[in-house]
Amino acid sequence: MNEKNKALIEIRDLDYTRGHRPIFRELNVTINRGTVTAIMGPSGTGKTTLLRLITRQLVPDRGTILVDGVDIAKLTEGELFQLRKRFGMLFQNGALLTDLSVFENVAFPLREHTRLPNRLIRHIVLTKLHAVGLRGAADMMPSELSGGMARRVALARAMVMDPDILIYDEPFVGLDPISMGVIVRLVRRMNDALGITSIIVSHDVQEVSTVADCSYLISDGKVAASGSPAELSNTTSEVVRQFMHGMADGPVAFHYAAPNYAEQLLGRDLE
Amino acid sequence: MFREIFYTFVDFLRTFGAFQLFFLQLIRNTPIVFVRRFRLIVHQVYNAGALSLVIIMICGFFVGGVLGLQGYSNLARFNAEDSVGTFAAFSLLKELGPVITALLFAGRAGTALASEIGLMRATDQLSAMEMMAINPLRRVLVPRFLGGVISMPMLTAVFSVVGLFGAHLVGVSLLGVDAGAFWQQIQNTLEPSDVYEGIFKSFVFGVAASLLAVWEGYNAIPTAEGVGRATTRTVVITAIAVLIFDFMITAVVI
Repeated sequence: MNEKNKALIEIRDLDYTRGHRPIFRELNVTINRGTVTAIMGPSGTGKTTLLRLITRQLVPDRGTILVDGVDIAKLTEGELFQLRKRFGMLFQNGALLTDLSVFENVAFPLREHTRLPNRLIRHIVLTKLHAVGLRGAADMMPSELSGGMARRVALARAMVMDPDILIYDEPFVGLDPISMGVIVRLVRRMNDALGITSIIVSHDVQEVSTVADCSYLISDGKVAASGSPAELSNTTSEVVRQFMHGMADGPVAFHYAAPNYAEQLLGRDLE
Repeated sequence: MFREIFYTFVDFLRTFGAFQLFFLQLIRNTPIVFVRRFRLIVHQVYNAGALSLVIIMICGFFVGGVLGLQGYSNLARFNAEDSVGTFAAFSLLKELGPVITALLFAGRAGTALASEIGLMRATDQLSAMEMMAINPLRRVLVPRFLGGVISMPMLTAVFSVVGLFGAHLVGVSLLGVDAGAFWQQIQNTLEPSDVYEGIFKSFVFGVAASLLAVWEGYNAIPTAEGVGRATTRTVVITAIAVLIFDFMITAVVI
């Protein structure tokens, strides 16, 4: 595979502003084919926003996003929907359709996009549910599932169209250690077995380190550091060290911008 | 001060414009949904229509009963108590049927639609559909909108019929108006155009109530508070819109 073909998603000089708050300034990220890439950063740095930009649920102010060499800003709505069929996305809370059963949730993209006979759909759905270990829960409704189970069903649904790219939005948040381990293993296994490219947005340093090939740490609208998990934890950069080791104060300040403490306690700011 | 008024005005125009575009998009997607997703529409007619039947029938019965009582006692002053049937029929078919049905519909089905769609947004279900390359407009919004539009005239008809039954029960069975006179008077005075007016009104109210409910739900702020607010706004705005439209249509028709 030559160098040009290696990058599946390229983000170049991306600027994005929400309201008056700049989220990204000249952001550059490259995601290689067949790898697990983690996007990390403190809460509120716009990690989820980045995912929405990659899938063009949002449009950047400036800069380009290339998916497989195609500038997604130039796609028509029809072409965009074609492209999105190549994406699978796992939302933070699963985003299962509440009025459909687990089975129908996983079957949903197939029923919408294909004209496969029912027997084949049943076959595909059961295989995917088996892969996430929830074949036995096929007849349950989403409201009956635990958080970890819902996310596994959502993962089965994200995979059902055999996507090239799987996007995970905070897949580890709010899970007990067992469910967390299950998801971590699934992410790695899906990626290697199916040759998928995975993007994980997360701030769980530990879990990401075990699963990611490459991590980007985003802070202040820019890439603060990138590299393999080992490279990141050995870095000298202050921001990276604070984040990787979970220190309360550092370049990312513990205190939100506020007037002088002593002045405020003495009531001078009221005068 | 003037600046604020100006900006509020601009904001209003912007929302109003977006609202009209939204309406056009629903209309534009209606044929394809009818052809490809007919079952979803049937399901929504059940949700909005069939599930509202009980409340519509109970309210219709009592409104009709009140019309019988009031009609009888007031018409008796002119020795015209035999006209109680006409009185009830005119009130129900032309005004009370469409208006009260629309208000009840907003409370029962409109709120359900708005909160359902709002929650789908809050829990990323709509984004998830977009990511699966499925247009939520066709899968979620248009079927619900059409379900409401189709249900409303039918619910109004049920309301009026049950109301007339209530008036008959009170006027004829309870207060002793002659049954023959009751029906004869209705038959003599009621024109088909009176019925059409009621049907037309119920259709307009159906479009307004469903559109507002779907719009409010779709544009709800994706939080628990936002969904709650959208639900409340649906009822309030629908009630206002229905009463204004009612006045406008009546003024034109009369």
